[in-house]
Amino acid sequence: MKEEVKLMKGNEAIAHAAVRYGCDGYFGYPITPQSEVLETLEALMPWETTGMVVLQAESEVASINMVYGGASTGKAVMTSSSSPGISLMQEGMSYIAAGELPALVVNVMRGGPGLGTIQPSQSDYFQATKGGGHGDYHYIVLAPSTVQEMADFVALGFDLAFKYRTPAMLLADGIVGQMMEKVVLPEPRPRRTAEEIARQCPWAVTGNPSDRKPNVLTTLELESDKMEVNNRRLQATYRQIEQNEVRYQEYFTDDAEVVFVAFGSIARICLKAIEDARGQGIKVGLLRPITLWPFPTEEISRLANRVKGMMVVELNAGQMIEDVKLAVEGRVPVYHYGRMGGVIPNPQEVFDATLSHFPFLKK
Amino acid sequence: MKTEIIAAGFGGQGVLSMGKILAYAGLIDDLEVTWMPSYGPEQRGGTANVTVVISDKPISSPVLDSYDTAVVLNQQSLDKFEPKVKPGGSLIYDPYGIHRLPTRTDINIYPVAAMDAAMELKSAKSYNMIILGALLKINPIVSIESVMTGLKKTLPERHHHLLPANREAISRGMELI
Repeated sequence: MKEEVKLMKGNEAIAHAAVRYGCDGYFGYPITPQSEVLETLEALMPWETTGMVVLQAESEVASINMVYGGASTGKAVMTSSSSPGISLMQEGMSYIAAGELPALVVNVMRGGPGLGTIQPSQSDYFQATKGGGHGDYHYIVLAPSTVQEMADFVALGFDLAFKYRTPAMLLADGIVGQMMEKVVLPEPRPRRTAEEIARQCPWAVTGNPSDRKPNVLTTLELESDKMEVNNRRLQATYRQIEQNEVRYQEYFTDDAEVVFVAFGSIARICLKAIEDARGQGIKVGLLRPITLWPFPTEEISRLANRVKGMMVVELNAGQMIEDVKLAVEGRVPVYHYGRMGGVIPNPQEVFDATLSHFPFLKK
Repeated sequence: MKTEIIAAGFGGQGVLSMGKILAYAGLIDDLEVTWMPSYGPEQRGGTANVTVVISDKPISSPVLDSYDTAVVLNQQSLDKFEPKVKPGGSLIYDPYGIHRLPTRTDINIYPVAAMDAAMELKSAKSYNMIILGALLKINPIVSIESVMTGLKKTLPERHHHLLPANREAISRGMELI
């Protein structure tokens, strides 16, 4: 056995990856099914090694505003929560996006609406990709489906957040948060020095040295003309992100008659259904969006030219299917299979639902 | 070679830990593993189950509809998972507290009186290791050495004096088959 291969939960992997990334601060409040993120950070005690701050705040609202403050100083800061807690953070998310600040927010989704259940769900897709707070804003949304991706996307999320000066979200669910599998953790790297932060983030508010003008970060602009300029700048960044950062993975799509579109852990359940179907000679494939925003619209549009239909499978009532339909533009039928409230379908149920919509697949 | 296992029982019986030890041994044997728990808000007294997949190839889904082996430690779990064992697969159950016995004839059924054995060993906590021993006798998915290495690595050092008792419980479980 190679020494660096570990067995851990997705939530634990996030904590380890954050410390190893050189994250400067984590601010959070416990909630199932992601409490292991904070618990693991407390056990790792990174304040004694890298100097990373780990703080259990008094609430989610406080956590996101601590992130807002930390991000304003150019530090790599993050929070994590689960659905109801992320709802509480939406005002802060809008401010961080408007302030053009890099930050990482982890949502390990559970069943809603309301206080809901503690079981896995994907019902925050709309909130994450369409903007859950007020105003015209987006942030990058990464959807991990393995424990390895839980670890890898911490670094990816931070890197993209700093590259585009935008918040990034790791949108996971209770399955990939709670399950254990093998993971290779990234090489530890030191936290950035004050000089490195000043170079990377000339906009950061780090005090008022005599050799430059004071930096001011505000999301308030009372003159509409100027506020529209701010909005145009945000929109220009979003177009750039849409052009450069779409990520997805395809499985067995080359000869597929029907393609599944699914993200996160449910994509793995679809993949098992596909493996079983392929065993019977049934040609189905999978497109797994890795970035939910920006969405792989172009690739889905290309697929729509050569498949007979698409099957969107989600742990919700039908959210991502809207983006799939926009990409398909009515060229082929698009159906949905979803479970809600924390119920997880098994591969057979996914397959049966698919056959009911596409009976020609039956051999 | 891929083995798909469900272990189910009451919270506190140690099914999640048993699954974790199995998964860790798979890791040591350089196999692919997934460990997927399912339990309610209460950890003790409620029902809990864990799906463990151990394979020499990458594992797609951690959630399954049928299993090669089901380890069921209470009546609800037996009722729920007996129908989900693949034909030719194995069902392992502890007769303690079971009043409706399994009825399938197309699977291998192994009653393992682990509760009685744990009483004899005067160690209720060794219960899940007795079950694990039985499971590994029926299906040697991972080696006993890897299980012991895994235990040594995951147990804090202050508990290392319990390793021989765990080894004994595994042996006791193997004898029950």
